[in-house]
Amino acid sequence: MLRYTLRRFLTMIPTLIAISVIVFVIIQLPPGDYLESHIATMQAQGESVDQKKIAFLREQYGLDQPMWKQYLTWATGFVQGDLGYSFEYDLPVTEVVGDRMFLTILISVVTIVFTWLIAFPIGIYSATHQYSWGDYGLTFIGFIGLATPNFLLALVMLYLANVYFGTSIGGLMDPEYIDQPWSTAKLLSVLEHLWIPVVVIGTSGTAAMIRRLRANLLDELEKQYVTTGRAKGLPPGKLLRKYPLRMALNFFVADIGNLLPGIISGAEVVAVVLSLPTTGPLLIASLQSQDMYLAGSFLMFLAILTVIGMLISDLLLAMLDPRIRLQGAPAK
Amino acid sequence: MSESKTPHYVSREPFDPYSVEKLTPAQEELYLASQWRLMWWKLKRHKLALVSGFVLALFYLVAAFAEWVAPYDLHTRNARFIHAPPQAIHLFHEGTFVGPFVYGYNYKLNMSTLKREFTVNHKNVQPLRFFCEGDPYRFWGLFESRFHLFCPSANAMKYERAGQTFSLSGQGGTIFLLGTDRLGRDLLSRIIYGSRISLTIGLVGIAVSFILGIVIGGLAGYFGGWIDAVVQRVIEVLRSFPEIPLWMALSAVLPVTWSPLLIFLGITVILAMLDWTGLARAVRSKLMALREEDYCTAAQLLGARPRRIIGRHLLPGFMSHLIASASLSIPGMILGETALSFLGLGLRPPITSWGVLLNEAQNINVVALYPWLMLPVVPVVIIILAFNFFGDGLRDAADPYKT
Repeated sequence: MLRYTLRRFLTMIPTLIAISVIVFVIIQLPPGDYLESHIATMQAQGESVDQKKIAFLREQYGLDQPMWKQYLTWATGFVQGDLGYSFEYDLPVTEVVGDRMFLTILISVVTIVFTWLIAFPIGIYSATHQYSWGDYGLTFIGFIGLATPNFLLALVMLYLANVYFGTSIGGLMDPEYIDQPWSTAKLLSVLEHLWIPVVVIGTSGTAAMIRRLRANLLDELEKQYVTTGRAKGLPPGKLLRKYPLRMALNFFVADIGNLLPGIISGAEVVAVVLSLPTTGPLLIASLQSQDMYLAGSFLMFLAILTVIGMLISDLLLAMLDPRIRLQGAPAK
Repeated sequence: MSESKTPHYVSREPFDPYSVEKLTPAQEELYLASQWRLMWWKLKRHKLALVSGFVLALFYLVAAFAEWVAPYDLHTRNARFIHAPPQAIHLFHEGTFVGPFVYGYNYKLNMSTLKREFTVNHKNVQPLRFFCEGDPYRFWGLFESRFHLFCPSANAMKYERAGQTFSLSGQGGTIFLLGTDRLGRDLLSRIIYGSRISLTIGLVGIAVSFILGIVIGGLAGYFGGWIDAVVQRVIEVLRSFPEIPLWMALSAVLPVTWSPLLIFLGITVILAMLDWTGLARAVRSKLMALREEDYCTAAQLLGARPRRIIGRHLLPGFMSHLIASASLSIPGMILGETALSFLGLGLRPPITSWGVLLNEAQNINVVALYPWLMLPVVPVVIIILAFNFFGDGLRDAADPYKT
């Protein structure tokens, strides 16, 4: 297990390096840089630009240096916790990011748990009652969830929550708690607002997961050991719990890797609609204003989050399934 | 007579050594049918897929003849009908059959709330016209026409306010089956025109990612070795990116100065750039399995080049499978475009897609005041469901030899 864990950790490193290169290239792609456009707008408005500060920033982040050098500066800084400087907010990126990363992670984790709680029983029911009305009905609802664009669902839910429960519109907490230290009341307020994004982001993932779980469990149920167990006279519930379900569980854990990118994607869009204080709205704004270090940090964080999620799922899988940890490769 | 038969009966009929293997005509048809024929038979049994296929065909037909089906032009503004709610089609007016018609609207600007208030005027009957002349358009940009499937009533619309009677010249009545937007443009017409972009973006995107997937996956699967290792790593990296943030980043790169058409192409390519990985993986694993087959070795020994072996001998073996899985990834692209345009990062007006239309519904006020502006989501949901069911059916049918 230790060897497997180590190896899995080592393979993460080149992946992360490659991701950082891609992120860097993307944030560099737009022509010009933030300082140039900033100077242009300032001059257009007839204001003077603090040349010293510009020159300082230019030097600090090496904007006049060749690409690869800029990349190295950025990447090494990133590893040491220096995320660069947000031009737009005139603050180091770490301070802008602040709580937002935490809230993004919170929403993602809660959404995954929600997805599991919903998908697991429904998936089992659908597989054991294949082609029943319940199966058809649940599959259909799942499909609707898959096909409805998240953002619109978010909008409607927001409206309904406001009309029927009086939840304040937008944000992840009532306005009076913003910038307050964490307290029980604040936590409750967050919980009150949290369920909308969680349900909205969860819908599409849940539907996909139900379908995959159903297909997997159906495959397992056809196998001969199940027939043997049944012939032996095992009660159906025990038969299901003892063998096929455990096999399907493996896949369930492995599926985090598939689920996570989707959830983070969904979370970003939904966050914009609900104006949640997560990474979504800021990411868009920073992309549009070419605030490259801020955008880069967000992209990098989201990618790292996904990679770590996949790592956890692989490690859990290795714990569950001895074949994987002995062979040292994930069974795909 | 039966007594004359000995217990050891011998048939006098000529011996046919193949009698056991003889096929009934039905069986013969089944065994000799080509793969595509078998697929069609199997698909026919999948009712839901068939219905979905029909729905898809219908949508694409409407998209092709958008100018003709839509009652109004894409940009026709009705300044008097801003944010008008949908008009319902009625058949009976005060108990007598009139045929399909709509009631006209009375319009009043509420001076205290500044809200435009439309009330249905049950006196004003506006029968629909079919196969009629309406807004002029250039069909496919080729020739002028005014011909529409249905148009609003031609009677000059009576418009009463404070004892005065206004009549709108030209158009006559109105037909806003799905209401109008903030410029008084008919939503139904805009949805119909928008289907052109929304429906093709998935197809063009899938075509790009299909080519990428086959070429890259083909190389990796056929040659193996370091090419395979590199491709595998690249795929892994791309897959570990959350899709939408990466799409957002890439589409923010597209310069604002580009023409709408270039933006459209750019977005499609961006959508395809992340999508090919799944196809490439499928191609690779299939090729890995197939290249060990005897017929492949035979082709190699005969001196066929890799391109010919891959294209001629290997690909046809699982093309059907690829098409099926490609059709399953179209909905993702359509949703992706919708989400991007909704956020204002994708297509921009004057290009009209369902996502661009939904962009107007970004505000919570819309849900409260003008809920019909969210209607473009209905075709999105329908088309995505249809592609999903159709793709499922295709995938089942793609393996016709497996029962």
